[in-house]
Amino acid sequence: MTPTDPSATPAHDQDGAARRRLLAARGAHWRATRRITLALLGLWLATGFGTVFFARELARFELFGWPLSFYMAAQGAALVSLASIGVYAWRMRCLERRYAQALEPGA
Amino acid sequence: MSARPHYFNKLARYYLWYTGCFALFLVALAVLEQEGMPRLWIGYLFMFATIALYATIGVICRTSNVTEYYVAGRRVPALFNGMATAADWISAASFISLAGGLYLQGFDGLAFIMGWTGGFVLVALLIAPYLRKFAQYTVPDFLAARYGGGAGGRGAPVRILAVGATIIVSFTYVVAQIYAVGLIASRFTGVDFSVGIFLGLASILVCSFLGGMRAITWTQVAQYIILLVAFLIPTMWLSAKHADNPIPQVAYGSLLPKLSAREAQLAKDPREEQVRAEFRRRAAEYAARADALPESWEAGKVEAQRKLAAARARNGSLTEVRQAERALATYPNSVDEARALWLERRDANLARARPPEPHATPFPGATKEASDERRNNFLAVVFCLMFGTAALPHILMRAYTTPSVHETRVSVFWTLFFILLVYLTIPALAVLVKYDLYTSLIGSDFTSLPTWISYWANVDKANPLVSIVDINGDGIVQLAELAIDADVLVLATPEIGGLPYVISGLVAAGGLAAALSTADGLLLAISNALSHDVYYKVVQPNASIQKRVTISKLLLLAVAFIAAYAASQKPADILSLVAAAFSLAGSTLFPVLVLGVFWKRANHQGALAGMVAGFAVCLFYMLRASPGLGGSTLDTWFGILPMAAGVFGVPAGMLTVIVVSLLTAPPPRASDAMVDYIRAPE
Repeated sequence: MTPTDPSATPAHDQDGAARRRLLAARGAHWRATRRITLALLGLWLATGFGTVFFARELARFELFGWPLSFYMAAQGAALVSLASIGVYAWRMRCLERRYAQALEPGA
Repeated sequence: MSARPHYFNKLARYYLWYTGCFALFLVALAVLEQEGMPRLWIGYLFMFATIALYATIGVICRTSNVTEYYVAGRRVPALFNGMATAADWISAASFISLAGGLYLQGFDGLAFIMGWTGGFVLVALLIAPYLRKFAQYTVPDFLAARYGGGAGGRGAPVRILAVGATIIVSFTYVVAQIYAVGLIASRFTGVDFSVGIFLGLASILVCSFLGGMRAITWTQVAQYIILLVAFLIPTMWLSAKHADNPIPQVAYGSLLPKLSAREAQLAKDPREEQVRAEFRRRAAEYAARADALPESWEAGKVEAQRKLAAARARNGSLTEVRQAERALATYPNSVDEARALWLERRDANLARARPPEPHATPFPGATKEASDERRNNFLAVVFCLMFGTAALPHILMRAYTTPSVHETRVSVFWTLFFILLVYLTIPALAVLVKYDLYTSLIGSDFTSLPTWISYWANVDKANPLVSIVDINGDGIVQLAELAIDADVLVLATPEIGGLPYVISGLVAAGGLAAALSTADGLLLAISNALSHDVYYKVVQPNASIQKRVTISKLLLLAVAFIAAYAASQKPADILSLVAAAFSLAGSTLFPVLVLGVFWKRANHQGALAGMVAGFAVCLFYMLRASPGLGGSTLDTWFGILPMAAGVFGVPAGMLTVIVVSLLTAPPPRASDAMVDYIRAPE
């Protein structure tokens, strides 16, 4: 279990170099997190709202027998959401491993 | 680490055994039905067997440990947490009414599917992992720690506002669930509506009262399995029957063109046109009567009295006299009442006089503007449901129950996966039932109506769930002569498809599982907010652990009874209440939750102002634009429906947090450190 006191910074009384390394690793991790969050939110916006906004235009196309706009609303957008959440969980796992490596002494 | 796979395998084994036993139970009942067991008995068996099952799980999992009671010991594996959250999420409305709504509304109904699934992207990306890293017990916990303020910087004001929002949102939602429990119980076992409510309440209480989150989690997994089986079996049957493919999600694409062709045919059918002309005539009659007020009210009243006197005078049959008596008793009491009633009837008749809308066409409308307005409302509803989903306390609470942040992220994935197993089937079911009714019922003879119609028509005589009257007198069923309620579609599907009664019982048990599981989670969210956030954190910070759990249990009992009482009053228009709960949740809690993680500059004053502003704007728009609450549909902004008030509330909340935070002093260093902590990996 991790310590649950939110105000505790784990690097409280370590020496300066370790602290700098921690801050750098945290900064890099947060930038990468923001990037992937933003990219997936863009995809979410496009499938969730874009396909509805242009539904009348998209209804001309067909996908597996469904009109495209109907398919996107009934299944497509939800499946893209599921995939986004899956990709997010997987990428964040990778980022966490990279973070742990960056913190290892001698890295 | 080695304990975890072992624990997971043990759970998987239990639930596989459980699913096997449930399958055996179904087979046994099917055999008994063949042997001639009466239908009522099957209904009883399903009700009592499932309720006893949930109660047993509740008793086995009873606990008085704080971490177990509030967050199930933080050791629920991601897959099972996902399954439990899915059951928490799939409410009575999704299970019973959503497919019917899609049947009636066509493309427009898909807004609910999109909104209720897309919201989980926001949960996964913006909120859940950070809450888990924070690792406390409730949503107000997080907000209070992040924004501070109040006496000693403990964040009491923010906490109280968040608790208020939690209670308002969860309470309206739980009343709807308990109402559904009463409805299902009374329809399938013949007990009284209020007896049904208290039966359901008993099973909810045994479960959550004794074991809190821990018992609820394991019951919800069991409930999810039942509701999934109950939803899939009849749909797969219909799909195999009409599309020769038992996987409905894949198969119904091939039915859509056939359905569209049939719709086009029905729209042009001269007999259908005859029926629609009759409805137009009735509508015109009501309009004329409403125009001629107040004289027409007087005349109508005299006419009704004269009819009753005439029926009595010539010794008419008892039903004739009764009919005349009822006509007089239900005659509007005043001119205003008459105007409201007749205009309502005019609109109802006009609605039935319209030709059927093509199911798969997005936003059909006479003009470009009308079509645009429907599109905008679709988008607004999707928006509100998504942001509401990402702020519902009983769903967010579940982010705390997994062993790690990574497992929380995976758990949201499983949640949406298990939700989609049901939600991707719902549009399929709507199309399959529509196709079935349009091809086999419409155009058939009135003398050979299927039995389910008379059964469901007689369940509630005052507001028939299904009504079918030969309006043009040709002895053949026309589409315009059939009126079907959204709530009946799923419950009647097994009979429409010609399946044995066991499956009807199973579907009812599934609806019950959906309602009970959601009610469990909501009641726990309310009682935790009261006991943990109000009692322990604000009123009595040095209360003993034992006392906190006991208080929580007592509050749960009290809240459950108040909710049951509210549901037994049969509040009108429960679905719009639920929609309102989503808008309010999104407007009040979403801005402060997300900005709390992603914007360090957000401070105490901003959070308070943002929550109040979001709530106020949302409520103001609902009151202004819904006729039921004293507003008028003429006062809408951009033609947006009042149920989508969150479309104004969420941005208002966001903006207020930002503006007020920038105008006041930056938050203290401790809050910076906390944000850094929750952003960092474990």
